[in-house]
Amino acid sequence: MPEKVLMKGNEVIAEAAIRAGCRHYFGYPITPQSEIANYLAWRMPAVGGVFLQAESEIAAINMVYGASGAGARVLTTSSSPGISLKQEGISYIAGAEIPAVIVNVMRCGPGLGGIMPAQSDYFQAVKGGGHGDYRNIALAPYNAQELYELTVKAFDLADKYRMTVMIMADGALGQMMETVEFRDEEKPFEADKSWATTGTGMKRKKNYITSIYIDPEELEKLNNRLQAKYRTIEENEVMYEERDCEGAEIVVCAFGLAARIVRNVMDMAAAEGIKVGLLRPVTLWPFPVKAISDIAEKTDVLLSVELNAGQMVEDVRLAVNGRKPVHFYGRTGGILPTQNEILEEIKRILGRGNK
Amino acid sequence: MMPVMQSPRSLEKPTMHYCPGCSHGIAHRVVAEVIDELGLEGNTIGVSSVGCSYNNYLYFTFDMQQAAHGRAPAVATGIKRVHPERTVFTYQGDGDLAAIGTAEIIHAAARGEKITTIFINNTTYGMTSGQMAPTTLAGQVTTTSPAGRNTSTQGYPIRMSEVLAQLEGAVFIERVSMHDVNHIIQAKRAIKKAFRVQMAGLGFSMVEVLSTCPTNWGLTPIKAVGWLEKNMMEYYKLGNLKGKDLEV
Amino acid sequence: MLRAVIYSERCKGCGLCIAACPKKIIAINKSEFNQMGYNPSMLTDPGKCIACGRCVIACPDTAIEIKEAGDA
Ligand SMILES: Cc1ncc(C[n+]2csc(CCOP(=O)(O)OP(=O)(O)O)c2C)c(N)n1
Ligand code: SF4
Ligand code: SF4
Ligand code: SF4
Repeated sequence: MPEKVLMKGNEVIAEAAIRAGCRHYFGYPITPQSEIANYLAWRMPAVGGVFLQAESEIAAINMVYGASGAGARVLTTSSSPGISLKQEGISYIAGAEIPAVIVNVMRCGPGLGGIMPAQSDYFQAVKGGGHGDYRNIALAPYNAQELYELTVKAFDLADKYRMTVMIMADGALGQMMETVEFRDEEKPFEADKSWATTGTGMKRKKNYITSIYIDPEELEKLNNRLQAKYRTIEENEVMYEERDCEGAEIVVCAFGLAARIVRNVMDMAAAEGIKVGLLRPVTLWPFPVKAISDIAEKTDVLLSVELNAGQMVEDVRLAVNGRKPVHFYGRTGGILPTQNEILEEIKRILGRGNK
Repeated sequence: MMPVMQSPRSLEKPTMHYCPGCSHGIAHRVVAEVIDELGLEGNTIGVSSVGCSYNNYLYFTFDMQQAAHGRAPAVATGIKRVHPERTVFTYQGDGDLAAIGTAEIIHAAARGEKITTIFINNTTYGMTSGQMAPTTLAGQVTTTSPAGRNTSTQGYPIRMSEVLAQLEGAVFIERVSMHDVNHIIQAKRAIKKAFRVQMAGLGFSMVEVLSTCPTNWGLTPIKAVGWLEKNMMEYYKLGNLKGKDLEV
Repeated sequence: MLRAVIYSERCKGCGLCIAACPKKIIAINKSEFNQMGYNPSMLTDPGKCIACGRCVIACPDTAIEIKEAGDA
């Protein structure tokens, strides 16, 4: 029987990883994701897994590299400043073509910034973050159920494509208590890991995991292979939610926590006779380019609402490609835009004077 | 008839890229001999680091991973925690281990991570053209200490074996040298013991190998071994720092 | 009879084996270049080799083996 439980968002991520068959966790404490580590510190040993508190995020991501290269399903979690430290390792994981799941419970920056929720690591996640031509699959959950579903899915995608998958949560989502319904059993994607360094046992030729290619031809070959893989992912793995976009006067693009706020704004707007649609990307990369492009054909104006100074709006504009105006509204510093603020912005854009 | 002394099985046949007389080559052979003699070829997973030996995964016949600069002990930790029954070792230079990777090596040792580290101390950054390393001797000329390492502005060389020997988790630490035959024989004995310590599950083990970099020292291989013996061995005293009496 | 055999194609002419040989019977062959462009070392008097293996131990490039003479 599927099990319904009330849980903190961060713990949902942790429990989902266990259910997805992850038995190795490496991390370093940072607010607001510490509950993930605290949960796994007892839960991992209980299922015969490994929980290791590393000396830094740098060490943690390199432990992930080693464990993943050795064939394991492996998780690391952190928050913005820690994710910055992991960028070197993430680039190496991309170059070595091995799977890894990385959770970023985002807080606001730059610098040490603050511990309040934010979405200001969008660029870092979807445009690279580390050096070189690589991508992360970036998933943006917006409630507890999605924290579970997308965490499980992240492990499958990582194994399937042998690359990093980032879960882009935020401090509020991580702290929120919500019900989640767990399945009895997960059916993890069965990946061929014959490339892993497990010890040859004198039964096969050696395997090695590396990201260095001194020969330019070989390195270009790797890059071409990566790009081909990224195109496949753009074709097949886009996820988004579209709500009331048909006949909407304005379509708001928002993900995660921002989308939750916008959902309420939609009701408030409807009460005033304004039809607002919502396009909520679930995969930030691959970005729902086609869905937004189609919307641009049907609606007059778009608005991107984000908990940052305007990051995803650039991708929305690329998808719309100048056909319709694309506005932006966001707050920074960990301040959440209020529903009223967003509604006022919508009215301003639509020229519906108020009061 | 079979040769009675030949290249170890665990070493691939093609020649290695190291400069003439470079100690890396000897260290590779010795590690491979030890792995052969302990019957570990099919059981070993090695970790290459960043430095002249960056691609030594090509030179060994067993599984290996290539780690980012300084991170080999973290990568080895990840591997060992997935395959505790396997023998896992890192092969790191002094820039890799004693500068950028100081945190990783100290914490791997402090955790008593059941891995073995082969630490090649040649007092310089070989791969990037002979810059000053944390191990560069006082007064030693390098490309970034052209007037000789000035201790008042560039500090003092770090004795990593002594630093690590302080840690409970580090159970076997020995400093050896590759400058002549007798010392190579001694080095092999220490490396073998370090691997045995790991096999016995006792904790972290490391062998620091005083090595030459004839190219960046600007010396012939013969003069380089002489320089090592005369200058390095005075500051970096050979011998066991920990685990001498372990019966493994 | 056992003795040292130098594979000159592997040799980088570093001379470490020369210093290691107690019988002083290894020298650099100045009249030959191998594929890598080095003057390889050679046994000047193979008959005097006592197969002690010290040259094998000193060599960074596994260019020397101890074998039954005539096997090479
Ligand atoms: C993050 C990073 N910084 C710098 C470098 C450049 N780099 C390559 S090798 C090296 C030094 C290696 O020196 P050492 O560890 O002593 O090994 P050796 O070459 O002497 O064997 C450096 C600084 C790098 N590859 N990565
Ligand atoms: S530069 Fe120095 S350490 Fe590097 S291969 Fe040459 S001699 Fe060896
Ligand atoms: S085996 Fe001994 S005697 Fe013979 S060449 Fe080598 S070092 Fe000299
Ligand atoms: S030690 Fe090896 S590489 Fe060096 S000269 Fe002798 S045979 Fe050649």
